[in-house]
Amino acid sequence: MNLKPETLQRIDEVITHYPVKRSAVLPLLHLVQEEQGYISREAIEWIAAKLELQPINVYEVVTFYPMFRQHPVGRRHIKVCRTLSCALNGGYRTCEEFEKEFATQRGAISPDGEVTIEFVECLASCGSGPAVMIDDDLHEKVDCAKARALAAQIKAEAAARTK
Amino acid sequence: MPHPLERRVIFQHIDEPGYSPDLACYLRQGGYAVLRKSVQRPPAELIDEVKRSGLRGRGGAGFLCGLKWNLVDRKSGKPIYLIVNADESEPGTFKDRYIIHQDPHQLIEGIMISCYANNVKQAYIYIRGEFPHGARILETAIAEARAANFVGPNICGGAYSCEIYVHRGAGAYICGEETGLIESLEGKRPYPRIKPPFFPAVLGLYQCPTIVNNVETLCHVKHIADIGGGAYAGIGTPNNTGTRLIGVSGHVQRPGYFEFESGKITLGRLLHEVCGGPLPGRKFKAIIPGGSSSKILRCDERFKIKQKDGTVLDWGYEDIPLDFDSFAACGTMGGSGGVIVMDDRVNLVEALGNLNAFYAHESCGQCTPCREGSLWMKKITARMVHGEARVEDGELLKNVADQIAGRTVCPFGEACSWPTQSFVQKFGDEFKAYAETKRQPRPVDALTLV
Repeated sequence: MNLKPETLQRIDEVITHYPVKRSAVLPLLHLVQEEQGYISREAIEWIAAKLELQPINVYEVVTFYPMFRQHPVGRRHIKVCRTLSCALNGGYRTCEEFEKEFATQRGAISPDGEVTIEFVECLASCGSGPAVMIDDDLHEKVDCAKARALAAQIKAEAAARTK
Repeated sequence: MPHPLERRVIFQHIDEPGYSPDLACYLRQGGYAVLRKSVQRPPAELIDEVKRSGLRGRGGAGFLCGLKWNLVDRKSGKPIYLIVNADESEPGTFKDRYIIHQDPHQLIEGIMISCYANNVKQAYIYIRGEFPHGARILETAIAEARAANFVGPNICGGAYSCEIYVHRGAGAYICGEETGLIESLEGKRPYPRIKPPFFPAVLGLYQCPTIVNNVETLCHVKHIADIGGGAYAGIGTPNNTGTRLIGVSGHVQRPGYFEFESGKITLGRLLHEVCGGPLPGRKFKAIIPGGSSSKILRCDERFKIKQKDGTVLDWGYEDIPLDFDSFAACGTMGGSGGVIVMDDRVNLVEALGNLNAFYAHESCGQCTPCREGSLWMKKITARMVHGEARVEDGELLKNVADQIAGRTVCPFGEACSWPTQSFVQKFGDEFKAYAETKRQPRPVDALTLV
């Protein structure tokens, strides 16, 4: 497995945080996913070996927690809160607006490879819904107009990159 | 600007212009002075202050913090761990987010005082995966505090040492349940543990005695150590002491996060004065008062509250004081302080469908009644909304829900069945009429919730 030296260094450091190595499963999965975009079979085996576990011990964690994924996503990951407070303020419409903007459906990578749009459960920003996370950043009160503006920004960045 | 009815203690600096999450700013406000003073005191004295304060846990259950600390097995010879529950994931709850992002040192000071009081040498902050910036802010703040001798070896130059690490979750609601959280911190699937024997106070993290406290609770500890448990108990009302963080979401003019003295203002004043009442032309229909699992209140319902002296109070929702005991007397709970308001556009079958989808997604799958029951409740409400609705569906939903609560390892069983039980009980007509509702043209202002 090819990981950047800084990632390897962070992995070795985080393992020291726990008296039992197995506790580092989630932190290692986060670090690997941050670098590689998803958790491959190879990554599961590598993490298991690193923490002196069986691959199943890592695999069962990957398959349980919603934030770990076994397949790549688009360049930007758009997560729209689906739960009640956001839905009461139009969360479903927000999600549909994003899908329309990128001509894609929830869960799939958009045809241009730019985004994956997903519904997620409560993002704990209920007072300023609909809440949307794009990668690590939270966006509040994302109504349809704001969704279009965010989509335009992503598209502009994509256009600038391909120039 | 805080509302005049508020009393901000924990949220004192939230959204304050010029206030930043760095150590220098915190020190300018007198930060870590309470920790400095506290480590000069015998730890047992601090535990007594917390007991005297009457502080109740702010994660949802409202368990007495002093009692929780008292239950810790201190004779085992094993290390004692403290875990900060920063998994904030109960829908409708959004209070810890602001402490973590804007005032992390307040939390760290509260953690260190609590660790010192309980002779904890290692604390973990379990923060939900959806707060990546929050995790980085906490890590930076801990590093700053470590460099200034407030965390790590020889705190404030004394003999006491304690380390804090941040541990990120990965999107699972069940990690908010303390034994599920512990399993997750051990690197496993967060299947809650059976109690007995696995009470965290005795057999917690790595089978060692463990304290799990909510973010807000630990911030209160800092203020208790500062002003004393007796003075703190003077804030709020007896048995519901201190201030309380409340989040209001849904259909009000001014949703947001607030802090009040417990029990000193009513739900009516909160929603009408502080939050500006319903949206123009709308009426309140239903309120979920303490996070999505708490039982729903009808806005036209009356509550008969028996007093100790035999008199009976007749309350509407407007009259319920914001505290643990009053909501309990009305058959629901103050829970995590997340108030979700729904107006007359909302069809309650559809609102329940939304929540049922949440609980079916989040059941860990360990106990059959919850795994199967939460899924069936979701399937039934989804069928009602997207397929065929039957007159008897309300009864069917209730039948499923009634077979979950009390039959599971952890309180998720109750959490997922209370919405169904209370929605069907209080809005049964809407469930019976849903097939007919669907035959009518859909109102233009109807909301999509499922």
